[in-house]
Amino acid sequence: MTPALLRRWRPPGLSLPSWPWRITWTYLGLILFLPLGAMLLKAARVGPVGFWEMATTPEALATYRVSFGLALVASLINGVFGLVVAWALVRSRFPGQRVLDALIDLPFALPTAVAGLALTAVYSTNGWLGQPLNEAFGIKVAFAAPGVAVAMVFISLPFVVRTVEPVLRSLEKEQEEASWCLGASPLQTTVRVVLPQLLPAILGGVAQGYSRAVGEYGSVVMISSNVPFKDLITPTLIIQKLEEYDFQAATVIGSVMLIFSLFSLLVINLLQVWGQRYQGDQA
Amino acid sequence: MTIVVPTLETSRPTPLPGKRSRRRGLDLPAILIPLIACLYVGVVILLPALSVVVSAFAKGVGPFLENLGSPELLSALRLTLFATAVAVPCNVIFGLAAATAIARREFRGKALLLSVIDLPFSISPVVVGLMLVLLYSPNHGLLGGVVESLGWRIIFSWPGIVLATIIVTFPFMAREVIPLLEEEGWEQEEAARTLGATDWQVFWKVTLPSVRWAALYGLILTTARALGEFGAVAVVSGNIEGQTQTLPLFVEDAYKNYQTELAFGAAMVLGGVAIVSLLLKILVEQVLEQDKKASRLPQDG
Repeated sequence: MTPALLRRWRPPGLSLPSWPWRITWTYLGLILFLPLGAMLLKAARVGPVGFWEMATTPEALATYRVSFGLALVASLINGVFGLVVAWALVRSRFPGQRVLDALIDLPFALPTAVAGLALTAVYSTNGWLGQPLNEAFGIKVAFAAPGVAVAMVFISLPFVVRTVEPVLRSLEKEQEEASWCLGASPLQTTVRVVLPQLLPAILGGVAQGYSRAVGEYGSVVMISSNVPFKDLITPTLIIQKLEEYDFQAATVIGSVMLIFSLFSLLVINLLQVWGQRYQGDQA
Repeated sequence: MTIVVPTLETSRPTPLPGKRSRRRGLDLPAILIPLIACLYVGVVILLPALSVVVSAFAKGVGPFLENLGSPELLSALRLTLFATAVAVPCNVIFGLAAATAIARREFRGKALLLSVIDLPFSISPVVVGLMLVLLYSPNHGLLGGVVESLGWRIIFSWPGIVLATIIVTFPFMAREVIPLLEEEGWEQEEAARTLGATDWQVFWKVTLPSVRWAALYGLILTTARALGEFGAVAVVSGNIEGQTQTLPLFVEDAYKNYQTELAFGAAMVLGGVAIVSLLLKILVEQVLEQDKKASRLPQDG
């Protein structure tokens, strides 16, 4: 059917959306809404009682604890160090700064399987860091829960740095100067004047990193031993369920993760709105 | 404690704490912060990255190149390149269409639509794969019957891999182009239209050139992610060696089967692509920055 024909057929007063709109909605419909709808429909067919039972089996609960707990640890670590890195990038000048800047983006660019392989190699008991850690403290990193956390730290580092950096750069120096002039120490100035303005950005970065770390599969699956109740993450459990042809359980646990993603997207958006309002007040 | 009261002439003083601590000796935070930052990034990012390079070339360049000639690796590479070659152009078209449709209009639900486009970033790749299985799997999928009656194979075959790659990478392009178009405004397009240009001419000769660097930036991000996608592809591909195994899947498979050298060889190829994309990205970023400055200047003046 040609567009010309369509145009002739349209009822008066109703105009067809432009071509870009048509492409956008068709594409979104086929690529996103159709698979999304299929999963929600499948999940709805399970029924609320069955859904709750399958979503809260001891096995599933254990993976939630690993995924959501370790991701929280990882994103909080990055909340602190991400701020330090952003501060170093914006507020100081030192040799190798541009290399540091470029390295921050490596976790975005590096395929997760490569990241997983690299981290496993470094943190296994005969790796560069794994060996000294194991000999000195008896800590086993790779193929145990700490390894999962390390992988999550790796993939979620850029988020905090890249959200805090622009805000820190746009801060007006005058406020800090005023604070110094009024007799505040550099520490007081940082804690009372600078950090409150950065807070929405830091939390936003942490939330984005957390959301990414919870859903991460490629790098974690390689460094984890994937033992249930120990270091098995939720995405790996979904894949195991699929391999056992337990489609219902996979659907239910997948839906739990999907609901979490939607919720985290909402939180991230609210944090962004908060950050913008905050900056608006300052201006 | 001395309080320095600035006079009007010194209303823009150099940061006072710097001055004060220089008098005392070393400015501790100024040294510690970059040091901690470098150490942290060094341990978390640089060391693992270096370990891949070292392990890949552990036995020299010869064995490395020999590993690259492995037929399984080559077939995995071919599939990865194929999936990327299909997924990226699709997403470029969608990204540009979505950007021109959304960026310059204000309508109810615009923020929601932008969030919807961002969804693949926050959904776990494994869940993306699962969604495709629940839609197209011959026995358990919603459209399984339709797919089978048409004689298609989507899950455990290349169309599934391509679809998974498309879903995971489609937001990049739109996300990079939309903010730029929002900033630039309508004037040039309107001028072109008044002069009698068709929609297509306006897009091709006015809109596209004005966003070319942002589009290129989006293209680089899309390609890098498409080449490296793991989770979503792992669910739908079935991971059949030599048939539906992409290069990232090959890395994991080889490592789990104790073919460590092969795994690191393949990882080195993917890592090399990642580094090239990173360098290209930095280059485009600089051009974008200059472009923005250039376009701002006349407005400021």
